[in-house]
Amino acid sequence: MRRLEGLFAHLLVLGAVVFAVYPLLWVISVALSPGAMSDHARAIPWPEHASLDSFATVLGLRDGRAGIFARQVANSLIVSLATATVAVGVATPAAYALARFRFVGKEPGMRVLLATQMFPAVASAVPLYLLLETLHLLDSRAGLVFVYASSAVPFAIFQMRGAFEAIPVDLEEAAMVDGASRAEAFWKVALPAVRPALAVTALFAFMAAWNEFILAATLLSRESAFTLPVVLQRYVGEHDTAWGPFAAGAILVSLPVMALFYVAQRQLVAGLTAGGVKG
Amino acid sequence: MGGARNGTQNALAALLLLLLLALCLPACAEPATVVLWHSYRGAEERALVMLARRYEAEKGVHVELLAVPFDAYSAKLSAAVPRSHGPDLFIDAHERLGIYRQEGVVAPAGDAFPDSDVIGFDATAVRAVTLDGTRWAVPLASKCVALYVNDDLGAGHTGSVQSIAGLRATLAPDAYPLVYEAENPYYHAAILDGFGGRLLAPDGAYGFVGHDAEMSIAYVLELTQHRVIPAEPSGALVKQLFASGRGATAIDGPWLADDLPKDLRFHVEPLPPIYDRGRPMRPPLTVESVMLSPSGAARPEARAFARWLGGPEAATVRATVAHQVVTSLAAWADPAVAHDALLAAFHEAAGQAEPMPTSTRMRAAWVPAQEAMRRVLRGDSPAIALPEGQRRFEDALRPPPPPPSPAPLVVVAGLLLLAGAFLAVRRARQPEFRVQLRGSRTAYRYVAHAAVVVFVLVVLPLAAGALTSLFAGTRSDPRYVGLGNYVGILTARGGPLLGHGSFYVTLLVTLLWTLCNVTLHVAIGVVLGVVLSRPMMRLKAMYRVLLVLPWAVPSYVTALAWKGMFHRQFGAVNAILTALGAEPVSWFSHFATAFSANVATNVWLGFPFMMVVTLGALTGIPKEVLEAAEVDGATRWQRFWGVTVPLLRPTMLPAVVLGGIWTFNMFNVVFLVSGGEPDGSTDILVSDAYRWAFTRDAQYGYAAAYAVLIFLILAGSSRLLTRVGGAKEASA
Repeated sequence: MRRLEGLFAHLLVLGAVVFAVYPLLWVISVALSPGAMSDHARAIPWPEHASLDSFATVLGLRDGRAGIFARQVANSLIVSLATATVAVGVATPAAYALARFRFVGKEPGMRVLLATQMFPAVASAVPLYLLLETLHLLDSRAGLVFVYASSAVPFAIFQMRGAFEAIPVDLEEAAMVDGASRAEAFWKVALPAVRPALAVTALFAFMAAWNEFILAATLLSRESAFTLPVVLQRYVGEHDTAWGPFAAGAILVSLPVMALFYVAQRQLVAGLTAGGVKG
Repeated sequence: MGGARNGTQNALAALLLLLLLALCLPACAEPATVVLWHSYRGAEERALVMLARRYEAEKGVHVELLAVPFDAYSAKLSAAVPRSHGPDLFIDAHERLGIYRQEGVVAPAGDAFPDSDVIGFDATAVRAVTLDGTRWAVPLASKCVALYVNDDLGAGHTGSVQSIAGLRATLAPDAYPLVYEAENPYYHAAILDGFGGRLLAPDGAYGFVGHDAEMSIAYVLELTQHRVIPAEPSGALVKQLFASGRGATAIDGPWLADDLPKDLRFHVEPLPPIYDRGRPMRPPLTVESVMLSPSGAARPEARAFARWLGGPEAATVRATVAHQVVTSLAAWADPAVAHDALLAAFHEAAGQAEPMPTSTRMRAAWVPAQEAMRRVLRGDSPAIALPEGQRRFEDALRPPPPPPSPAPLVVVAGLLLLAGAFLAVRRARQPEFRVQLRGSRTAYRYVAHAAVVVFVLVVLPLAAGALTSLFAGTRSDPRYVGLGNYVGILTARGGPLLGHGSFYVTLLVTLLWTLCNVTLHVAIGVVLGVVLSRPMMRLKAMYRVLLVLPWAVPSYVTALAWKGMFHRQFGAVNAILTALGAEPVSWFSHFATAFSANVATNVWLGFPFMMVVTLGALTGIPKEVLEAAEVDGATRWQRFWGVTVPLLRPTMLPAVVLGGIWTFNMFNVVFLVSGGEPDGSTDILVSDAYRWAFTRDAQYGYAAAYAVLIFLILAGSSRLLTRVGGAKEASA
């Protein structure tokens, strides 16, 4: 019975893996083909003449622009890491307060926070531009981090509030009975307990910043300040798209995210096995 | 005392002056800089860089180039230039001059294009950049489509489209006599011209209607039915078919030549007539030009560089390095330019082309024309589809409602403010409120910074955006219309309330879209999350990383890959269906299949998020609880519904609610996969809002009104969900 169930679970997951990976094989196949998208109906994605040309183009190895590409990678990393740090840093204490305290303005605040998520971004792009102009943050990485962090903070607050509510309040109360202050209870007891959720939330914020291109292209006006999605989007022209480099770039861009997720998912496992400590 | 203060002030002033001088010194020593934005790529970008360096060496003026992605180019110019954060110069197609002039993005060329220079340019190009008697840009290069001929398959048969069609009998079944993007109005404009029509009449009237238009589209339909041209041909497909020797001829622009293999034997000719001995088709002509922003037009060094860039010396470089069909006549005297067969062919093609209209009304014509074409090619009657396109064009361009008096709105807003202030004061005077407030101080220390960030960077811009919904007209000329935009949307602009593109129909589609997606996201995500957290599961880490891939790869690439997979003739989905013995499906011809294609793509993109959230939430459930249930003899199914799901609910709920809201507003999957097809029926509310803002005559106010209505709908429907949330809080 157990074995049969295990087999069933593996089959289920394998089915999902095929669903998840199959379209990506097309992306990989395009990245490896010097030509364009598939030209005749095929069920198996396989490049006809594999070559790494597109990857070399994206990395700037062809025209001696590897240096500026490295700089743009660094920009993306800095902006995304800063976004994740700022978003989690701003959201976590607020989420803790929302989970643990009763205070005046809590309910309206939560409602406003949820409401901000309901407004399509189409309405706020121009005012945001004006705001950054007023703050003299146009064309700067700091300005971009602010914009990204601001859109990541509401979700981070909801996510972390849920995480704080899921851990038992007894441990913090015990610590405070033993003489710890509220701040110490937050830092030393509650925060370590929500580490998995912190990792996931930071990953979400990182991802959002890592892949955004419209705002980055609008707000940044120096090539050395561009982030990777802006560089990638350059392969899409008015009349034609350089599919090979576009796909190759997408694969390169997703590698750091996969690495990060690999690290984060070990956190998730750690959280699972440490369940006994919390119970 | 006063004297001492004066002394200090003087010293301070002197210090400031010194500081200013110090700040100015390095700036004064630097050479003058001219900033130029462009969206060129490849050889064209290389030529531009080369020219900038040469100019710098010769004239001592530094030229700073910025390559902007095409998709963001116009929006970036419109945002930056009117607030003087833009460049001095920018390169763009002449047909956008009308819009740029309206938005204050471009200034007249002045002495960058003096009368004495006119004689040195193609007359057509000069005509293209002249609006109301003023020259607004310096023309650089012409771009139009021409006929590519595969020398082994098509040579000698290109006297007319009719004779090309005759090649059908001689070609292999998987090859086509003619390949081009038949569903794209830009390419169809040439065919339409062959039948005597045009997309936009000189007086700004919509042209894709009436006898000529019907004849032209019926002709394309006939070509498709006789397999002279492939069905649903995308740009990538055209390129691939011609490059692989399976297109005898192709209608495409100069950009195709760069992607053709070296061993393909082909040449280029101007477009032929439709029938033998007819008049050759005239494709639309785009004149790429260097334009001056208002601040750039005020600088002599910017004007001088623009003039030089269009002039003979630079044009020769652009022609030889980037193979541009330059508009400077002198450059064609250079043997390297004159003897380039490809260049000469496109030059000849440009000579018979018709410049694209610069009218701002042109922007509103593309989408109705494209929708009408696709409808006819999918079997609708031209007599119905084409006039419907005209109706949509006129609907998009209808004048804004008359400006009402702002007084009622001001009074209502004032009363609301007063009432709010009164309630706040009354509450503040209650003693228990003060106690509560004092008790809240600790909490405020935790939330203060988040509140400030959210208010300044999220709430303020949104509120400002919402206010624009009370205005109509362009950004440079907004006119107050009160609730006119809302009235227009909610009354379907006087059309049938359940007609095409009405708010209510789109709302139903959006609700269905959200329901399907969220259900599938949560179901797949939770099941996978629960299975992958089984302690006994082997290869867990590998599975997790593989399953999160759809989320990790940028969606603007993967969504396009999905669109390619759903292609009728060349897509993988139909290839699988055929392999399984089923009939291939024309995915984007019917609402149900196009909608399913969108949902499949979005489910694929979104389930990893729910899976990761589930994995995160499961960490909060003590293992002992599940083990205890197992000991009690509960079956796996009972444990899942009775123990796991209720325990997951509180942590999952915010993610599910937010996921629902995001899906409601998820426009780019709809945009990239079905693009609203068929006939705009799969558009959701937010993609409609984007269309109003960006493709239907830039009606930002109208788009903002859509955004506010979306907000009100979501806020209303989420009251229900917050009640669920409230119940959860009470139990916690």
